[in-house]
Amino acid sequence: MRRLWRAIVVLVAVVFGRRTRAEPPPEPPSLEEGVPFERETGAAPRVELVAAALLVASAVPALVFAAGVLAGAGTQLLGAGLGAALLLIGAALAVGANRIVPRERAIEDRPQLGDPEARAEVRQRLGMVGEGVSRRRLLGAAGLTAGAALTAAVVAPVTALGPAVGDSIVDTPWKRGRRLVGEDGKPLTAEDVAPGTFVTAFPEGADKRELGSPVVLVHEDPVTLRLPPGRADWAPEGIMAFSKICTHAGCAVALYRHPKYEPTSYPPGLACPCHYSVFDTRTGGRVVAGPAGRPLPQLPIEIGEDRVLRAAGGFSGPIGPSWWGVRKA
Amino acid sequence: MRATALALLLVALLAPPAFAQDGRALFEQGCATCHGDGAQGRRGVAPTLHGAGAQSADFYLETGRMPLANPTDEPVRTKPAYTAAQRRALTRYIASLGGPEIPQVTPERGSLADGQELFASHCAGCHQIQAQGGVVPDAVAPPLQDATAVQIAEAVRVGPYVMPAFPESQIDRHELDSIARYVLSTHHPDDRGGWGIGHIGPIPEGMIAWLLAGAALLIVAQLLGERRPA
Repeated sequence: MRRLWRAIVVLVAVVFGRRTRAEPPPEPPSLEEGVPFERETGAAPRVELVAAALLVASAVPALVFAAGVLAGAGTQLLGAGLGAALLLIGAALAVGANRIVPRERAIEDRPQLGDPEARAEVRQRLGMVGEGVSRRRLLGAAGLTAGAALTAAVVAPVTALGPAVGDSIVDTPWKRGRRLVGEDGKPLTAEDVAPGTFVTAFPEGADKRELGSPVVLVHEDPVTLRLPPGRADWAPEGIMAFSKICTHAGCAVALYRHPKYEPTSYPPGLACPCHYSVFDTRTGGRVVAGPAGRPLPQLPIEIGEDRVLRAAGGFSGPIGPSWWGVRKA
Repeated sequence: MRATALALLLVALLAPPAFAQDGRALFEQGCATCHGDGAQGRRGVAPTLHGAGAQSADFYLETGRMPLANPTDEPVRTKPAYTAAQRRALTRYIASLGGPEIPQVTPERGSLADGQELFASHCAGCHQIQAQGGVVPDAVAPPLQDATAVQIAEAVRVGPYVMPAFPESQIDRHELDSIARYVLSTHHPDDRGGWGIGHIGPIPEGMIAWLLAGAALLIVAQLLGERRPA
């Protein structure tokens, strides 16, 4: 790594060093020698056709990109499409610059620039820019086509934004009596959540990918719990369920810190691997560290006669990342 | 100096049967200060080892995590403090106090693909997908590059330090085989992309790409901007 960096620095130094040493500043050209003004015009109509063809051709891969974004094509195809479009436009511009646009060589007549005669001459010269270009409308139309297609290619990714969140942060699939199932769809029993483990669960029969679906189950010693008022019966036998979506930026709360021996390490906590927000499970998901602004929503659960875990209601607050500075549960 | 060390090593290698020590005596000497006489534990200092079993003892001793100089330190992998024979004796003693056996694990029977998937959902949050280790709030998740299959299995079942434990109901024996196989495969990753760049994920890869692309752009800009000789 360090050697690579050094090689790059040396390379840059050599390239620049050679240039500054090798080239003395060019002497200003004097009016006596050479022609003060020289103009080459007259591109072959063939060349203009080539430029137009390149511009029109660039529209094809650009539109392929736009269509690809909408159709969900692979990133390789998208990259190739946009790359080819830009390459073709670049080639058209290169051809245009080298072979179509009139080439002038002028030696500036500095002292006379201020006087009206020179100004008239400049104005006249500027009026001649189109001289020698015979198919302006063709080139204009081709340029417009290329521009429109490229615009479509740039705008198309906007469709990747969304979908709208809607009510899914308040209206979750959890309802009283809904059973908790594991990733394999089998109902979870209280015995599946041994102390010191954490288990991801979903509402039975609901879409697992919905923001409000996943919860994490943890099992603490009931004696140690200090849940907020009103949540006394939310953690039967010490088993608690929390939304798995971090309240900071919406990552999955995938870390569970559980001490093997608490006096010499740290109390249990659920943590988000994105920005290390830590939520205290014993106090009902209170934020103890990290950037999260509000507690992890808790889901009340109950243990049925068959020992299967069921939801006893909805979450304690809106789930998902905080938006627009919302800091209350 | 070197000769003495060599001689000591020779003695240590040849003599285990002669020095085969009583696990209990070793325990009273090296471990009882914190874990208490008879491994009952000392309140606020170290837990009881009754019920820890060979599973925990083997893990902590073979990876050099115990003995710990300071009970509040995070136990990390070091060179084992005891000889192989002493470790076996200590493990036998702890096992005699009751607790789970050393878990059975056969990585060859696992599936590499399943292993990666399981590792991603259960372990990679802390240990990072290439098992290079990472951080958890207030602790370090160790890299798994030196771990053996048995040690991987033990850690999964024990949940050492602040790691959660994963019982059979969550990761069954076959899944454990797959996870072990995946972790062992990260010891010698086949870097299809060429450079491994530390195997710590997309950030260094992106960094290198930016550096290389930046250098290439600089050179191109230099070539474009160069004056043609008059």
